[in-house]
Amino acid sequence: MSGKPKLHYFNGRGRMESIRWLLAAAGVEFEECFLETKDDLTKLRKDGSLLFQQVPLVEIDGMKMVQTRAIGNYIAAKYNLYGKDLKERALIDMYVEGIADLNELLMMHVSQPADKKQEYFANLVDKATNRYFPVYEKVLKDHGQDFLVGNQLSRADVQLLEILLMAEECKPDILAKFPLLQSFKARISNIPTIKKFLQPGSQRKPPLQEKDLPSVMKIFQ
Amino acid sequence: MAGKPKLHYSNGRGRMESIRWLLATAGVEFEEQFIEKKEDLEKLRNDGYLLFQQVPMVEIDGMKMVQTRAIGSYIAAKYNLYGKDLKERAWIDMYVEGTTDLMVMIMYHPFEPADTKEKNLALIIERATTRYFPVYEKALKDHGQDYLVGNKLSWADIHLLEAILMVEEFKPDILSAFPLLQALEGRTSNIPKITTFLQAGEATERWEGCCHSEEEIQYLIVWLLQKITQP
Repeated sequence: MSGKPKLHYFNGRGRMESIRWLLAAAGVEFEECFLETKDDLTKLRKDGSLLFQQVPLVEIDGMKMVQTRAIGNYIAAKYNLYGKDLKERALIDMYVEGIADLNELLMMHVSQPADKKQEYFANLVDKATNRYFPVYEKVLKDHGQDFLVGNQLSRADVQLLEILLMAEECKPDILAKFPLLQSFKARISNIPTIKKFLQPGSQRKPPLQEKDLPSVMKIFQ
Repeated sequence: MAGKPKLHYSNGRGRMESIRWLLATAGVEFEEQFIEKKEDLEKLRNDGYLLFQQVPMVEIDGMKMVQTRAIGSYIAAKYNLYGKDLKERAWIDMYVEGTTDLMVMIMYHPFEPADTKEKNLALIIERATTRYFPVYEKALKDHGQDYLVGNKLSWADIHLLEAILMVEEFKPDILSAFPLLQALEGRTSNIPKITTFLQAGEATERWEGCCHSEEEIQYLIVWLLQKITQP
């Protein structure tokens, strides 16, 4: 048994990707066990490994952790990505929850029926550019610092970079009106651990293609 | 500026109820400003009070906090309802996320179309009795202690109590197969501050009027209108 955290999920982003980002940013090596068929999920359930019968599951520090937020909270706190006190933590939590809401929208895009896709996409872009990105642009503008909270790298910066890149995959010029987010993106991408994660061959996962959707749905149905 | 926390939401449970529970358990008096029409929400937005244009919003300790989980985490940590270390916190987080998933199902139930409502209710009951409650029953059984984590009242216990009471409204005997949860329900309901919260006039109205009153549904619709579009 190695000491490395072990991630159980399908071989795609989904709800596990933000965990991969956090571990990578913290410089923590991790292993992955991919669910490929429904039987793989059933086996984990029968083993009693899944507290609520669901993945993500991360084996870490002797615990079988489930629930994305719980896992993210634990990793962020353990590796000093959660601010220095309660108030910084509160800000980080607010920012991360906003990002999580936008991420839900992004995640659901690929599974929209064909006739709804365009409308959905328009709403997605609207929310990203009118509700969420302006908030983070303003935060950076107001304090003029390199990071969102407390002048040091936190989970909020890591998750924001993740979502900025995902949004650009949907619409390459989506950051056109956000100069500080653009420079933020460049800056955070250059942090050595993150730079490494962004290189080909890392454990970062590509976006889910529509053609892969059926095989993923089979695992979870 | 010290002073009581101030909650901004509609006069209904929705996503604010868990926050009310936490504050009440911690013995923290709070004020409420109810959103009664769309203009109230617009005003909050135009004043720049809502970080992501959404409620719940809680004014506390000089912050205008939004996002239910962020608010809950802050209050739990501040009032020692979040365990004594990182690992206890991890367990509390897992348990709270589980009960959240269950309560979100219940929260959306009034909005189910008429033809799928019964099926949806059956699913809620099934999830409660086969996915969620067994986990908490087992946790109590395995360590034999009075509370879910660390032998001490935490956010996890309060959140579970809230979920149990909500499901009992649909099916009063839902805990018949869960003796330890029944005991936990009794034990936590009898904590003085929680008893007070359950007995207080406003809480009872919100409780009895719950998600079934037309007014509550209207307030929730206002909330839903400004929520992210769900697929």
